[in-house]
Amino acid sequence: MNPGSLAPAERTRPAAPARGSEVFVDLRGVSRNFGAVQALRPIDFQVLRGECLGLVGHNGAGKSTLMNVLSGTLNASAGTITVNGADLSGRYDVRVAHHAGVRCVFQELSLCPNLTIAENARIAHPALRGIGWRKRAAALMQGALDQVFPGHGFGMGDVVGEMPIGRRQMVEIARAFTETEDEARLVILDEPTSSLDQGAADQLIAAARRFAAGGRSTVVISHKINEILAVADRVVVMKDGTIIDDRPRAAWTRDSIVEAMGHAAERIRTTRVTTATADTVVEVPSSGSGSLAFRAAKGEIVGLAGLAGHGQTDTLLAIQSRAGGAKVSGEVALVPGDRVVDGVFPLWSIERNISARWLPDLTQGGLIRLGSERRKAQEWGARLALKTPDIRDPILSLSGGNQQKALFARALGSPATVILMDDPMRGVDIGTKQDVYAMIAKEADMGRTFLWYTTEMDELYYCDRVYVFHYGRIVKELVAAEISEDAVLRASFEEHA
Amino acid sequence: MTNIRNRLGSLPWVWSFVGAFATWLVTLVVSAGQGGGQVLTAALTFSAFTVLVSLGQMLVITSGPGNVDLSIPSVIALSSAVSMLVMNEQGAMIVPGILAAVAAGAAVGLANYGLIRVLRIPPIIATLSSSLITTSVAITIGRGLKIKPPDAFANLVTGKIAGVPLLAILALLAAIAIAIVLERTVYGRTVSAIGQSRRVARLADLRVEWTRLLTYVASAGLAGLTGALIAGFAGGNSLDQGEEYLLLTIAVVVIGGTSVAGGRASVPGIWGAALFMFLIVTMLNASGIPPGLRMLFTGLIIIAVIAIGGGEKALR
Repeated sequence: MNPGSLAPAERTRPAAPARGSEVFVDLRGVSRNFGAVQALRPIDFQVLRGECLGLVGHNGAGKSTLMNVLSGTLNASAGTITVNGADLSGRYDVRVAHHAGVRCVFQELSLCPNLTIAENARIAHPALRGIGWRKRAAALMQGALDQVFPGHGFGMGDVVGEMPIGRRQMVEIARAFTETEDEARLVILDEPTSSLDQGAADQLIAAARRFAAGGRSTVVISHKINEILAVADRVVVMKDGTIIDDRPRAAWTRDSIVEAMGHAAERIRTTRVTTATADTVVEVPSSGSGSLAFRAAKGEIVGLAGLAGHGQTDTLLAIQSRAGGAKVSGEVALVPGDRVVDGVFPLWSIERNISARWLPDLTQGGLIRLGSERRKAQEWGARLALKTPDIRDPILSLSGGNQQKALFARALGSPATVILMDDPMRGVDIGTKQDVYAMIAKEADMGRTFLWYTTEMDELYYCDRVYVFHYGRIVKELVAAEISEDAVLRASFEEHA
Repeated sequence: MTNIRNRLGSLPWVWSFVGAFATWLVTLVVSAGQGGGQVLTAALTFSAFTVLVSLGQMLVITSGPGNVDLSIPSVIALSSAVSMLVMNEQGAMIVPGILAAVAAGAAVGLANYGLIRVLRIPPIIATLSSSLITTSVAITIGRGLKIKPPDAFANLVTGKIAGVPLLAILALLAAIAIAIVLERTVYGRTVSAIGQSRRVARLADLRVEWTRLLTYVASAGLAGLTGALIAGFAGGNSLDQGEEYLLLTIAVVVIGGTSVAGGRASVPGIWGAALFMFLIVTMLNASGIPPGLRMLFTGLIIIAVIAIGGGEKALR
């Protein structure tokens, strides 16, 4: 047990090779089919020791499939897998991968919600047994969390299910870095910061760099290009199940990555012309001393910013249920961000999931018009470029990003004039994001109001006004040109009396 | 082969019909082909009662894990007495009598929901305790009641069209109506939605509590209607007329392929499972197996059908 594995090379390691000098993982000709669908074409893929590899690509490009093969959760249909010099093809599975030091933090969180942080450590570490395992597990997790997220404030007895999603993700990430019998030599981070606020994301990037400096490897998958550029030594771009570009970090720019992924370069700063009008449609009174009141006008895009889990979601839910003195004129629809807990009806088709919010409007003479339902769901699916062979397929057949599109369709296709968005872009690729941003601007122009909680700094630039939240209070209001990453961070970390 | 199996597996109710048909065939064999038609008529009549009450139970179970209506037997006892009192052997009072029975049931359903919602009592306890109170009321007003159903009503509930019992036709229409409600009304969709996740349903602005209320009222209301019909069929009310429907409705709902975890209803399966449950008893009676063993076989056959049908598919 050594929670100090993230500390820079203070352990004596057997002839730690210089960075980039030795291949740790070597996949040759690896492919994977799902029935007739080739999710992964035969590809070669290497990760070097001490390397931090950035992996980018659109939803459905095959990134997650490749990482599932690498971590042993999916068998490759063909090809060879060599880890640390040993050919493991044919008998590679999660156990073998874990033994070889390969760990994966998945996009969909894999912690047991009914257990504490310490107890979850045991799930990954069977070696934590016998008398006093709880104490050792707590020490293990405490060490890992202290290393990755200094000042995290977790209690090791906290029950995972009672934490907001961003906090759960922090625990999940830290757990991947813990060691008992087997060392952690390669940690795969699949969309690790999708629910983290900026502060925690920066801490993770720093931790990944220290990890690499210690001769270990990481693979980071992210739709946030800035993050990839900050963390990676090398960036690999995937598209349609294959690797289409692979260059060292220095040879990339933000624009060249986006271009390689196959989408028009994203503008960092949009010059949004406000469409806000004078009619106030949402009002929430101040929640106490030092907190500002919240208001939003017709046609306005209002951002809810600050560190993750500081009351933004609560405010949105209060507005939806008109609780806490919230005054709203017009119908409200919510786009949830935590798909599994808040968004998806798992037994239903894509179509039913989309139409769930529209049913009263599809009803005539007491009966839902199935034809209109199908047409409208298809229309919204097409507008959001939802990728599916058939809209009647189960919702769970979709990738996470496409499920999210269905949730957008559910809200945007409804007659609601106020749209609440609860950090809705988790796991959504950059191309889709651009489409959704454009749609939001257009809908605002047509008089809809958007209240947008986001943990992605870039998205605040699409807002007319931003409220910064801190421990449940609104501590700052930023208007148009005042909105910047700096201003939000300053307000988030300021001491508020 | 696996393909066919998969396709059947996605229609879990098919197995309840397979079971019912196989049971009927065995009955014909052991009784040497005698009275196959009679058995079928009896099966349709008695299954009709089972179907009517089980449709309500299905709605309740579909509305989410933990939801179940244990007040059905007591509602039948109450409503059969109420219907006989209101009809009071007067042909003109048939319709008011039926309406009174349904209203009595609906009132119990409303009370059930009140206990669940206002006092936050788990449904299994709430409906159980309300059933005790309901039974007590039924005893007070129904004991020693010697009112016969009006002749017109008795003729109606025992009547047949082209050999098919009118009751079976009524239950078939009710099943079709419920199927339409589930598929094509906001209420029906909401039942399935809250069965999958009440939180997701609430965030999608579906009317969660209103739907739960309607569901408990519908279940008890259907039990109320069934109580009146049973009293008409049996020539008067008696307090134990509903007893068998406590566990029978739950068994029928589950064997029929409705998800116990909520969210997925199976209307055709209600009919298949109701027939199946009736025919098992008939078959075992006809085969001369001693009563002690009959129970054992009933249990084993139910387990077999659920096992072959694949039972619950994992949610994800």
